[in-house]
Amino acid sequence: MALLEVSSLSKSFGGVRAVRDVSFVVRQGMIKALIGPNGAGKTTLFNLASGFVPPDSGVVRFDGHAIQGQPPHRSAALGLARTFQNIKLFAGMTALENVMVGRHIRSRAGFLASMLHLPFTWREEADVRRRSLEMLDFMGIASLADMEATSLAYGQQRAVELARALACEPRMLLLDEPAAGLNMRETVELSRLIVRIRDSGITVLLVEHDMSLVMGISDEVVVLSYGEKIAEADPATVQKDPQVIRIYLGEEEC
Amino acid sequence: MRPALLRQVAAFVATVVVIQLASVAGEKAFLLTQLTMSAYYTLVVLGLSLFMGYAGQISLGHAAFFAVGGYTSAVMTTFDLGPFRSTAWVAAAGKVGLLATRTDAFGSQVLAFHPWPAMACAVLLTAAIAFAVGVPVLKLKGHYLAMATLGLGTIVYSVALGTATLGAADGISGVPPLPVLPGIAVGGNGSRIANYYVAGTVLAVSMLLLLNLVHSRVGRALRAIHGAEDAASAMGVDTAHYKVRTFVLSAAMAGLAGVLLTHYNGSIGPSEASIMKSVKYVAIVAVGGMGSLWGTLAASMVLNFLSLRGYFGTLDDAVFGTILVVVMLFAPQGILAIDLRRALRFLRPTRGAPAEPG
Repeated sequence: MALLEVSSLSKSFGGVRAVRDVSFVVRQGMIKALIGPNGAGKTTLFNLASGFVPPDSGVVRFDGHAIQGQPPHRSAALGLARTFQNIKLFAGMTALENVMVGRHIRSRAGFLASMLHLPFTWREEADVRRRSLEMLDFMGIASLADMEATSLAYGQQRAVELARALACEPRMLLLDEPAAGLNMRETVELSRLIVRIRDSGITVLLVEHDMSLVMGISDEVVVLSYGEKIAEADPATVQKDPQVIRIYLGEEEC
Repeated sequence: MRPALLRQVAAFVATVVVIQLASVAGEKAFLLTQLTMSAYYTLVVLGLSLFMGYAGQISLGHAAFFAVGGYTSAVMTTFDLGPFRSTAWVAAAGKVGLLATRTDAFGSQVLAFHPWPAMACAVLLTAAIAFAVGVPVLKLKGHYLAMATLGLGTIVYSVALGTATLGAADGISGVPPLPVLPGIAVGGNGSRIANYYVAGTVLAVSMLLLLNLVHSRVGRALRAIHGAEDAASAMGVDTAHYKVRTFVLSAAMAGLAGVLLTHYNGSIGPSEASIMKSVKYVAIVAVGGMGSLWGTLAASMVLNFLSLRGYFGTLDDAVFGTILVVVMLFAPQGILAIDLRRALRFLRPTRGAPAEPG
């Protein structure tokens, strides 16, 4: 079943056609990767697919709902969570509080109930705290719960951000270059983690530079070049595709 | 209830009581008048602190909301409906008990709204204006938001100053007291000590509600918006909705403060809507520390008290302007956030100990 369906997306910035008529689907339970050389339009396509940037034309459907150009909180409510290429943690909040924001859509206390501290909000807060600690524990950073999130080491910040996204209990997770800035060991850990996330029932779409990560864990790969989709297949097939080899390794004559 | 919050509020109540007892024992009970007024101004500042410190927005229009609340209540409780007694809506309002007849300072009978429905209308009107302004304006950020709210302040000030029904430059006086309990009223000939305790209670209850709010799911969402707005949005926080709600709540608090202080003083004038008042509120929030409600409360009580006692004399506005500049330069997190030990270590740098990295 197609969980995310991208149809004929196009987007230009000024005169540059960053994404041209790209379509693909992400079926439930798979890890799908978007790859391509620098400037291929990966991040633009990612932002279009997550609803962050409205397309010039085309449709993005998540679980049957058109989400293109919708404010991000709507798609989050439908079960779409994401991380950012340049980590975006909430400054001035602890790691635990950051993750607790991830439980926002899974809780409901509003202004009035919160001000009056109604009994249901006590139970809700206790639950939010417990589930958030579980997420930190899942990422192996429970001991950092009370540290200010933005003061943590880079790899730990990535882990907090991922824990925050997982705390949403999303149906689909969008990862924007999750291995950026990680060393080799951390990247291996990350790939194991992404597989575990997929195995727990969460569909994953990632944009990534790191080929070893992409080829090792993806079920399907979409290759972009100059804003166009030039290949879409399983990793083994994509690696043998002459057009893909050409854009990554240069022209044969070279 | 959270024990920590209850302890804090209990400590505040104890302080309120101690100050009252000390002022009476020291035969300085007249100071309670300025403390009462400071408490109502503090209500404005606390709301603004929520909007600035937690939601990370800025408003230079809070004096306008204070004035809308105060003027609405003043007009409704002083405008004589006697001549319109026979019209359908006045008769209907009288029948359901919204109106009251009293004798004004000149001995004539005045039929006007009772202070309670007037207060309700005033706070609702303030909230409605904040909502109408907030929905388009809160799409703006930083300087633009500050300018838009500044514009609102200018409009309200001009309207107050230029409208005859609002008393123009004189404002409105003869506003009746707001009865609270039998024998206790905000303003009028109510006892100074009773009024002080009414204001203290309003402040304590507001503080409890706000502290509950900032330590909740909503407070967390607001801090998230402050920390990284697009990430908050990606986590499902409806950022526009939260900003507007917070703006309306903080404006309603300013409106309520306007109502209470107007009844307490028995009058309101256009200076309450002036830009300098708004700047003063922002300066006090800055002193108290963005995101620290207790710090804001303390800063507001002290600074408003000094200002109302006339310690700053004719330089009052200049003092608050200077405070704003100095705080922004040296302690943008508020003066309570200054690390005293570090500041002291800075004063005696050569003790042989190696400098700490970072």
